[in-house]
Amino acid sequence: MTLAAAATHGFLSPTGVEIAFLLVGIATLGAALIMVTTRQLVHAALWLVVALGGLAVEYLLLTAEFIAWVQVLIYVGSVVVLLLFGLMLTKAPIGRSPDADSGNRWVALAVAVAAAASLVWVVVDAFRTTWIDLDGPAQGSTEVSGEILFRHWVLPFEALSVLLLAALIGAIVLSRRDKEGPAQGLPADRPVREGNS
Amino acid sequence: MTTTTLAVLVPLLPFLGAVAGLLLGRTAPGFVRPLAVLPTLAAAVLAVLVALRQDGGKAIDAATQLTPTGSVPIDLALHLDGFAVLAAILVGIVASCVQIYSTGYLRDDPRYPSYAALVSLFTSAMLLVVYSGDLMVLLVGWEIMGICSYFLVGHYWETPEARAASLKAFLVTKLGDVPFLIGLFALAADAGTFRITGILGAVAADAIEHPTLIALLLLAGVAGKSAQFPLHTWLPDAMAGPTPVSALIHAATMVAAGIYFVARLLPLFAASAAAMTVLAVMAAVTMVGSALAALAQDDIKRVLAYSTIGQLGYMSGALAVGDRGAAVFHLLSHGAFKALLFLAAGVIIHAAGTNSLAAMSRMSGLAKRVPDAYWTMTVALLALAAIPPFAGFFSKEAVLVAAEHAALGDSAVAPTTAGWFVLVAGLMTALLTAAYAIRLWLLAFRGRGSEAPDHGRQPLSMTTVLWVLAVPSLAFGLTAGRLPRWFDGHELTPTLTTAVLGTGVALVGGLITYGAWRHSTAVAARPPIGAVAAHPDAEPAVSEAEAIAAHIPAYGDIAAAPDPADPARLLLGPLHRHAAAGFHVDALYTALFVRPVRAGAQLVRFLDREVVDTYVRGSGTGTRWLGAAVRRAQTGNVQTYLSALLAGSVVLAIAAVVLSNINAGS
Amino acid sequence: MHLAHPAVLSALLFSVGLYGVLARRNAILVLMSVELMLNAVNLNLVAFDVWLRDTLHAGQALTLFIIAIAAAEIGIGLAIVLMVYRNRGSSDVDRLRDTAEAHGPDDSGAGHDGETPADREEKAEATT
Repeated sequence: MTLAAAATHGFLSPTGVEIAFLLVGIATLGAALIMVTTRQLVHAALWLVVALGGLAVEYLLLTAEFIAWVQVLIYVGSVVVLLLFGLMLTKAPIGRSPDADSGNRWVALAVAVAAAASLVWVVVDAFRTTWIDLDGPAQGSTEVSGEILFRHWVLPFEALSVLLLAALIGAIVLSRRDKEGPAQGLPADRPVREGNS
Repeated sequence: MTTTTLAVLVPLLPFLGAVAGLLLGRTAPGFVRPLAVLPTLAAAVLAVLVALRQDGGKAIDAATQLTPTGSVPIDLALHLDGFAVLAAILVGIVASCVQIYSTGYLRDDPRYPSYAALVSLFTSAMLLVVYSGDLMVLLVGWEIMGICSYFLVGHYWETPEARAASLKAFLVTKLGDVPFLIGLFALAADAGTFRITGILGAVAADAIEHPTLIALLLLAGVAGKSAQFPLHTWLPDAMAGPTPVSALIHAATMVAAGIYFVARLLPLFAASAAAMTVLAVMAAVTMVGSALAALAQDDIKRVLAYSTIGQLGYMSGALAVGDRGAAVFHLLSHGAFKALLFLAAGVIIHAAGTNSLAAMSRMSGLAKRVPDAYWTMTVALLALAAIPPFAGFFSKEAVLVAAEHAALGDSAVAPTTAGWFVLVAGLMTALLTAAYAIRLWLLAFRGRGSEAPDHGRQPLSMTTVLWVLAVPSLAFGLTAGRLPRWFDGHELTPTLTTAVLGTGVALVGGLITYGAWRHSTAVAARPPIGAVAAHPDAEPAVSEAEAIAAHIPAYGDIAAAPDPADPARLLLGPLHRHAAAGFHVDALYTALFVRPVRAGAQLVRFLDREVVDTYVRGSGTGTRWLGAAVRRAQTGNVQTYLSALLAGSVVLAIAAVVLSNINAGS
Repeated sequence: MHLAHPAVLSALLFSVGLYGVLARRNAILVLMSVELMLNAVNLNLVAFDVWLRDTLHAGQALTLFIIAIAAAEIGIGLAIVLMVYRNRGSSDVDRLRDTAEAHGPDDSGAGHDGETPADREEKAEATT
């Protein structure tokens, strides 16, 4: 299949899906880059929305529609909201903050560039001549996903629910205010979000 | 029971007594005294039984092998001949007397249980040496005696003298034991066995290749154990131990082990004329030197200690002229009267509250305070001075007769020169012995001055044994006619020439000393010097320990006292100073061995502290500096740590990929 | 579609997230970067799942699980950050240096950092 794909496809003859994927990918990457470099903390959260949304589009392009919607619902819908709440509750400065990056920046940059270079090198080296066949029925439709999830992955699914319960209780215990503690704290909004997931 | 079983029980009983005493010493103090006395007494009785059964006949040999021990077998062997059974009786009786005496002498001592157990263990070891028919087993007893001696001499370890003396006794005897051990191995290598019978058979078959070397090596151990020149220096210092210990170890038994050993293996030594000559010279020097030193000592026990060395010199002399019968005869009679002398001296020290003859000579009526000690000591001193008909006379005459035989060339085994050495030295020593015996007696019992302190009667346990021991001192010599049956068969009765000569010089020595004493007491002013123990009513051991500890502060020396009324000063003249110091042998050893060893120790200490420790400290400092450098990386910033971690992972991943690529490419 | 495209995109996103984790000072921004890294992995999983045409769809199932776990993680993480902020008055990662070596030549610096939270809080309030 791979060889056949290699025979029929080429770098210089991109399909429409491929072009869309690349464009959205560049947008996603750019949003991610801005997110990690911006000096405005709230903007960082918003750029994260863009990046995650872009990823959801990529999932759609890869025909994994159920995951795409879950991505939108959970990440864009709740996680980012939660992060914004966190920013507000920790009195994150609104506007440009001069010290958003720590002194570790250059080391971090070096490590990240090195990691990126090695990963890209390895990945490209390995999958240079491999194509994904996106024809045929969607592989990640809700029906398919539900079927496999509740037929083959029931046990891990249930175990995961226990993990979520533990996280729920843990979050409550951690954020519960001491009686004589300072009057700052988190409203009990996380259990709602946990319920969402 | 067979004779063998009885003989096995003889060393075993005191050993079991010692073990039981050590185990029960703290938990059941009431059993300590019976456990100390009864096994020893039983061993003495059994030794007598064994002697009666053996009856001077053919030697009884029995052996059992516990485990194979390689090329040269080591057996638990008994070799019971006339020497062994008689020596065992001596050991048993003296040990019993000492144990009984100790119950009174150390009656309140908190360390009595361990003391009694060690004495029992010592007795057992000596009996093992006496009975053993295997040199390795003999060596076991030999070394146990050494270690017991160390502990017992150091019984008053609170005093520095006792500590030094115990250490010295141990080290000096060990100095002899090392060549002794080598000699034993060489002997076993030549003879192919450690059994005494086998070795004697090999000697008879002329199978020993290096008799001189082996004999000289063995003689070193014998000199150490039997306190012969030049390894005699530990014995006078060992008087820092309790008196019963001196009586048992340093008069009657342990020092006898060396003589006894040579007597057992005499044919081996006789195979080498050089060894016999060395032994004779050793004996002659020991005899004369120790007698001179004894004459100058102030401590009553040191007089006796030097006298012991001298009498042991007689025994070695007898061995050097090839007559082990005479040697063991003297060993037996000397064991009896020397034990008596020491035990009586213990009573006197307690009664007088001092161990200094100078102080005793300033007390009148000491003899009336301790009549038992007075009379028995008189008997023992007469025996020591070899006045007929006491035991010492006969045994010493036996030695002199043997020496005369050798000197005149009648002996088959001993060189003539050895005979002359022993004979001349023996006669000189007889004179000197009589002199110091009389001096001791005069100074101790004929003192003038203030009345001796009254401590009441001495304990019965102490005085009784004096009389028990007085019997053999008095009458043992009369058995001289019967003894040869037990020994080699040499005649032991005195001959007219030597008897007249020996007794004559002894009388001359005694009379000269008496004259000197009259003279010096008449002319010398009598300054009241002396140190008397502070606790006269405490147990005897306490007074003795205090007396020993007080001697140096009072007189400035452990051996001598600046007493112008001492007849020895008149007799010895300028020699007195040197004799009192034991002819500076100790000082010589200090210069030759102690100082170099100390200097070496200093050097090692310096190297250790300044050189080795520098490296150790340097490594410590270096590590600390390194740690301080590494600590700078511990900023506490988690991101830094994470960066380092991930950077490392990236490097590893790249390395792995590159390597796999290279491998795939190659 | 070329498989290298999603793979390279996910690798780059992962590295960007890595940079964020290492370089950002605010703990919440660090958490955001962690989310980014998780999403990069998710993209990889989905892409390979589609490529392999896995009948069990293990990649997609795993992606769903990761999303759920990430949600739990962000909840717990935010609770911890809030806890730290409440106790220290700051949620800056590089100021939480309690594990630093307390003695030695760094002593003065550590002490300086140790007493900063109050100062930092004042400064933070001043800047807001």
